[in-house]
Amino acid sequence: MEADGELLVRLRSGDERAFVSLVQRYQEQMLRLATSFVPNQAVAEEVVQDTWLALLRGLDRFEGRSSLKTWLFSILVNQARTTGTKEHRSVPVPDPEPAVDPARFDAAGGWADPPEQWVEAAEGRLEAGKLADRLRALMDELPARQRQVVLLRDVDELTSEEVCSVLAISDGNQRVLLHRGRSRLRQLFEDEFRGVR
Amino acid sequence: MRLLPRRDLVCRQAVELVTDYLEGSLPRRARKRFEAHLAGCPHCTEYLAQMRETIRLSGRLEPEDLTPQQRDEFVDLYRRWRDEPD
Repeated sequence: MEADGELLVRLRSGDERAFVSLVQRYQEQMLRLATSFVPNQAVAEEVVQDTWLALLRGLDRFEGRSSLKTWLFSILVNQARTTGTKEHRSVPVPDPEPAVDPARFDAAGGWADPPEQWVEAAEGRLEAGKLADRLRALMDELPARQRQVVLLRDVDELTSEEVCSVLAISDGNQRVLLHRGRSRLRQLFEDEFRGVR
Repeated sequence: MRLLPRRDLVCRQAVELVTDYLEGSLPRRARKRFEAHLAGCPHCTEYLAQMRETIRLSGRLEPEDLTPQQRDEFVDLYRRWRDEPD
């Protein structure tokens, strides 16, 4: 796959196919991220379209101090936050939420109902190409702020510093949201795949 | 069940340290305690493996191809921008 940097060079030289390649690469994730900020799908699509226009208009000013995708996601989050948001960045991370249902531990804190095997079943589905849709649906079940961090860190593979910068959150909050999001997703996988052969 | 010395982790605590552990943000002593717990606990070892797998599966998610209609729309968007007055 062509690196983002090479696409950027082609885009700056006026190659519209480079633009389409970039859209292919990030449109779906941007839409998913936008949806976690705004009230409905139509608004999310508008926000994403505005982001692409802002990218094109800002091409000459982009200095490459951040990666292209970090820049792109930053524009997106700013657009989403100025377009009727359903949350505000000042909202603190909500009350403690255990990684695992406390009912699964005994009084001494050891596993009473230990994790069930599911990794092989998920890998099997992955090989068969049957996992992607289900994975998307499971991610959509995460609370918005956890979903934002998991998408950026684990799907788009931004660093923790980049995620903090894109979402304008502290490193501590980033880590808490990541922990809760991944923990929930693990539970969803367990629910989905245990006992599947 | 053996009685745990006071400073040992229990499973309920260990699962809360997994992300900090994977992020490399546990202080050295806390990391040692966590690893010592894993060494004696197959369930938490499995749990950690499942968290790694969760991360790995997320990273395997590839975008779906744009539909021909979407491609056309974005080519239009590009051309509208290109033809904007400066």
